[in-house]
Amino acid sequence: MGDPIHQFQLKHLFSLGHIGPYEIVFTNSSLFMLIALLATAALMLIPTRSRAMIPSRIQSVAEISYEFVANTIRSTAGKEGMKFFPLVFSLFFFVLMVNFLGLLPYGFTVTSHIIVTVALAMLVFLTVIVYGFYKNGLKFFKLFVPSGIPIIILPLIVFIEVLSFFSRPISHSVRLFANMLAGHITLKVFAGFIVMLSALGIGGIIGAILPLALVVALTALEFLVAFLQAYVFAILTCIYLNDAIHPGH
Amino acid sequence: MATNAHTEAAGGHKAPFPPFQADTFASQLFWLVIVFAALYLLASRLVLPRVGGIIDARANKIEGDLSEAQRFKTEAEAANAAYEKALADARSRAEALAATTRDKQAADSDAKRKTLEQQLDVKLGEAEKTIAATKATAMGNVRSIATDAAAAIVKRLTGMEPSADAVSNAVGDALKR
Repeated sequence: MGDPIHQFQLKHLFSLGHIGPYEIVFTNSSLFMLIALLATAALMLIPTRSRAMIPSRIQSVAEISYEFVANTIRSTAGKEGMKFFPLVFSLFFFVLMVNFLGLLPYGFTVTSHIIVTVALAMLVFLTVIVYGFYKNGLKFFKLFVPSGIPIIILPLIVFIEVLSFFSRPISHSVRLFANMLAGHITLKVFAGFIVMLSALGIGGIIGAILPLALVVALTALEFLVAFLQAYVFAILTCIYLNDAIHPGH
Repeated sequence: MATNAHTEAAGGHKAPFPPFQADTFASQLFWLVIVFAALYLLASRLVLPRVGGIIDARANKIEGDLSEAQRFKTEAEAANAAYEKALADARSRAEALAATTRDKQAADSDAKRKTLEQQLDVKLGEAEKTIAATKATAMGNVRSIATDAAAAIVKRLTGMEPSADAVSNAVGDALKR
């Protein structure tokens, strides 16, 4: 069990059969996605049943979550960005919940698989392109042509803008994936040191105190990272959506 | 590496790095689409309208309460102003009433005093007349007494009866001095 990669292994729980050449399997990843969905529903719906004018503490948590995402959108994409509120809210809570669930003992981190983060990043990327052209038509191309640039260097600038636009889904997805993957590997490696050192007798047990302290500190850091990466994913989504809403720089 | 050997031993088959195992992608995408679509529907249909509704209702309630409080405050201020105006009116009315009462009483007492003075003047005049009459009567009596006394004195001294006219003239001369 000392293998730091083993925690990312998908486990077949049951199979749903095939779609074309692909076997559709319910795995531990699918299970944790469902738990994240149920946890979000439980957090947001159960405390708000009474719709109390004076909220209970747990209702305040639901309201603060709502306000937090709403303020993030309003501050980066403006009032018009609020039509993407359900999308940003779903992205934020999905990533947040699966990140936190991955930190529980025996948990599985859904976002440590790049296909998941790429899929979410592509959803945002395609939403930006589709909505950008739907709302602005061909003026959406202004996104690549900043105003007030001398004509001499304009081709270079446009090239850079196009390149940065198309590299967005890559950075958007890899940032989340790499953070979760690296954090969990680091935790597992240092936890492995504790096991290895403590097997060496009394000196090893004393020596294992340092990695133990590191694991405790890293766990706290990973909770911060889990929240922060969800927030970064959501705020980048808002910034990209802002480009679709207001393409002129 | 030792870890790789361990992975192969544990997994039982030649496994690449799990996040890059392409044969799992279809399953992961399938469940991701289902779960994320469900989450999106849940958020857009149920969660956000409900929580947003709660927050809006609270904001409206607070706004309504504040405007109602403002209304009550304005009403209270108006009532206070009306009360003070009524108070000032009552005070000025009371002052006017007091002033007229005072004036009327002063006029009444003046009039009474005047009639009293007139009555006293009349009585005084009558008393003076009585005194003058009495005095005149008394003076008349003095003459006759003096005349009688003078005639009697002269008769005793001389032994002869004086004439009445001479005595009367002599008394008149003496009274004139």
